[in-house]
Amino acid sequence: MTQRVGIEVSRAVAIAARLANVDVVAAYPITPQTHIVEDLSEMVASGELDASYIPVESEHSAMSSCLGSAAVGARTFTATASQGMELMHEVLYVASGMRLPIVMAVANRALSAPISIWGDHSDVMSVRDTGWIQIFVTNGQEAFDNIFCAFRIGEDRRVLLPVMIHLDGFQLTHVIEPIYLEDQDKVDKFLPPNEYPLPLDPDRPVTMGAFGPPDIYTEVKKAQDVVLTSSKEVILEAWKEFGDIFGRYYSPIQCYRCEGAKVLLMTMGSFSETAMSAVDAMRDDGNAVGLLNLRLWRPFPFAEIRQAVKDIDVLIVFDRALSFGGPGGPVCSEVRSALYNLDKKPKVVGFVGGLGGRVVSLAGFREIIERGTRIAKEGTEQEFEMFGVRE
Amino acid sequence: MTESEGKPTWQQIEIGAIITEPGSARQYQTGDWRTQRPTYAHERCIKCGLCSIYCPEGCIEPNEEGYFEADLFYCKGCGICARECWTKAINMVEEE
Repeated sequence: MTQRVGIEVSRAVAIAARLANVDVVAAYPITPQTHIVEDLSEMVASGELDASYIPVESEHSAMSSCLGSAAVGARTFTATASQGMELMHEVLYVASGMRLPIVMAVANRALSAPISIWGDHSDVMSVRDTGWIQIFVTNGQEAFDNIFCAFRIGEDRRVLLPVMIHLDGFQLTHVIEPIYLEDQDKVDKFLPPNEYPLPLDPDRPVTMGAFGPPDIYTEVKKAQDVVLTSSKEVILEAWKEFGDIFGRYYSPIQCYRCEGAKVLLMTMGSFSETAMSAVDAMRDDGNAVGLLNLRLWRPFPFAEIRQAVKDIDVLIVFDRALSFGGPGGPVCSEVRSALYNLDKKPKVVGFVGGLGGRVVSLAGFREIIERGTRIAKEGTEQEFEMFGVRE
Repeated sequence: MTESEGKPTWQQIEIGAIITEPGSARQYQTGDWRTQRPTYAHERCIKCGLCSIYCPEGCIEPNEEGYFEADLFYCKGCGICARECWTKAINMVEEE
């Protein structure tokens, strides 16, 4: 029976990996991801999960081990955060370039210096271009559910790409939430066994990760880009079927109270739920505002974003990462670019905040929406404005 | 588009550029990197085979008469054989 239990989100993610029947977990512990891999290690040690747990000496080795296990067709899971993801950075490109469907939970955390173990999206944005499918989750249930979706999407023959599930460090990983922990039977119905089409096999030798001279590299990258872009169809299909089986439906962008709104705020991750409360409060006061919760980060949902903003006047984008010396928030800059060629488009106002674990409260999001609307009205938009910084 | 003849399009690339044919590196003509070519003075060659041992490409073998010569399909023209040859039987010349 499906049970709804109060459980720490990290532990629910570990249970999801177990229910996904992973074959190999290769991971190195790092705050705030630790509880996920600790639990998996205990499950393997106790025999509850029939898998190999590879206790590697670094994240570089963790991801390298994942390459090997995914290459033989084993269902492969890992998790990391922040500096750990930076240490495995070069291997992330190999995973996508070799089209290996590894699933990685990322407990989003700020990057040093100064040392910060707290959450933001600096680590996400530093791996933006690594060619992985990347999904932000808003709460614990989404984190749990999307582990299954990630395997289903990544292992699909039409995709064969690694998938990151981004869950905010501490604000999600370390909170106890009521989560429906699903039955094995239902999970098995949704998630077929992994059948990698060209695994390493002595009876059918292949060469993986070979040299790509100039007369082939461009074609390989074009193929990789096309498959990542077109994976959106498979993602939509998987989310639809997930909803049909489990009753919870997901979409690239969640439009929250957008009906009739002329001003929309865009956020991603756990902050979206706080922002929803701000929208509720402002709606109660008679303001026609709404929220776009961005779930699908790669492939970037161009069509859905253009559709969502076609009738609005102002789009305020709140980023939890900063592109130093550049356009400010990475999400805002991509959204702006996605809208640039349209004849009719909203004014786009960017804010950067919530860095290194800094809380943005309900009142904070209200202030962001009000300030963003005022800036758009005055026509004084700049690249971005930093929110909540002491002057 | 130039020099596309016989080379795969992006649609024809195997998943992750996996190579399904074992030993296909044999088809890779590294000889077209070459700017210098080895020439041989057989009267000085003592058939010791050191050039073959030092060749990083592994493309030097004895011919029918036992003289060691590079396979120019693979020889990159690095000149290591000429440098290592005891009797100075190998001389590098510019490719035309």
